[in-house]
Amino acid sequence: MPEVEKYDVLVVGAGPAGLSAAFNAFTGSNRVGLIDDNPAAGGQIYRPSQGKTHPWVGMSVALLDKVGITVQCGLSAVDAPDPGILAVQSFNGKRLLRYEKLILCTGARELFLPFPGWTLPNAMGVGGLQALVKSGLDVAGRRIVVAGSGPLLLAVADYLKKHDGLVVGLFEQAPMASLKQFGLSMLGYPSKWMQGLALGASVGRMLRADSWVVEAGGRSRVEWVKARTPKGEEQIECEYLACAYGFVPSNELAVLLGCATRNGFVTVDDLQQTSIANVYCAGEPTGIGGVDLSTTEGRIAGLAASGREDQARSVLGRRERWRQFAANLDTTFAPRPELKDLVTPETIVCRCEDVTAARLSSPDCGRAAKLHTRCGMGPCQGRICGPATKFLYGWDQGSVRPPLYPVPIAALADSEPTNG
Amino acid sequence: MPDKITVKIDDTTIVVLAGTSVAAAILNSGRAKARRSVIGEARGPLCGMGICYECRASVDGVVHVRSCMVPCADGMVIETDA
Repeated sequence: MPEVEKYDVLVVGAGPAGLSAAFNAFTGSNRVGLIDDNPAAGGQIYRPSQGKTHPWVGMSVALLDKVGITVQCGLSAVDAPDPGILAVQSFNGKRLLRYEKLILCTGARELFLPFPGWTLPNAMGVGGLQALVKSGLDVAGRRIVVAGSGPLLLAVADYLKKHDGLVVGLFEQAPMASLKQFGLSMLGYPSKWMQGLALGASVGRMLRADSWVVEAGGRSRVEWVKARTPKGEEQIECEYLACAYGFVPSNELAVLLGCATRNGFVTVDDLQQTSIANVYCAGEPTGIGGVDLSTTEGRIAGLAASGREDQARSVLGRRERWRQFAANLDTTFAPRPELKDLVTPETIVCRCEDVTAARLSSPDCGRAAKLHTRCGMGPCQGRICGPATKFLYGWDQGSVRPPLYPVPIAALADSEPTNG
Repeated sequence: MPDKITVKIDDTTIVVLAGTSVAAAILNSGRAKARRSVIGEARGPLCGMGICYECRASVDGVVHVRSCMVPCADGMVIETDA
């Protein structure tokens, strides 16, 4: 039986929300734990770039270290075998962590929508390509099309340019009118002005609104993409395609624990508490709002989970402002219905099990599709095709079962509940 | 940690900067494919963050490793299409 480590407050996810939650949960005498399944802290937005730690993450990790809180990276939460206990898996095996209060800061992932050619090598996510460049992929001189939806498109196009990538197309599906309105709403967020102006100056002129990728092609990897723009269809030669339509919450651990959700987002009260009394949630799983909302929610959750509710309430006004920003994001960049028509019968929808759209035309729900086609039953456990089939067919994502990630069989061998 | 790291990818030996993920090293070696899908299609990284399992490769004999989640180490043996 693995040994059990005990924490007063355990935080899952060391991105902006989790770092903020861990720091604010520390009272001076309690035991706070912080785990993350990535090789380093920072989450997706503050992932180390080519070996360089983001300054805010460096500072946060150093501050936590000073008070004896070590970020434990490379640990994936795979099961909740008993109330108050998480099973975590690392390269070295399984461990059990016991907590009084749990704060879920499990972040978000990109929304991928299928289109012909989206399974070709070198067609990847927008954040996906950026993550690879941050972890050492050399894009100097490479022709890259960036497409999909959301402010990340501009940020990544700018990032790729700074790393000598050649951005040869930048396609945003949202209508120009919505983008203009979003730009105006940004006036209420002065902390975003500099970033917005810098991105606009760098790549703004390349951006084509009302435009989206309809197909990618190539012999063994992406060689061209076709985009639909208000001026008609155009084909562009490229070596990489970065395409994603914003974000969906990574809510699997919350759902496994029994936390209530609405539209996939974990429901929380004023103090970020979920429907399970000792479980809190902060950041993207409660609503896609970006780094400022995430750190604010993390702060509230950390303070509340460590018994300092009055202090937590003093931050609620700030959270409300960033929630409004999140609502603006949501209405501006919602994927348009035409994107449903890109899928042909031959298009693979479930990439793990290679299930085509044709085979998904007869099942009437996600569960039936699973039973008849294995859609959503591969290693990613529906994390990629689940949100896609929700968009395409309106299917709800099915239940969540342990292990949350594929684990070696040895990890299952000692998985009986503990009372230790 | 040395600044430069040597890894072997299939029959290619390449030098990468410290901190480079296995997935990035595979692409830097000129390959785009990490694995073959159940019907035999070539697949490479999609999400870059350990969610999609498309970038699976064999690392030092361990199969089905999410190559985007593992930093290269000196002398590492990586096999695509494993």
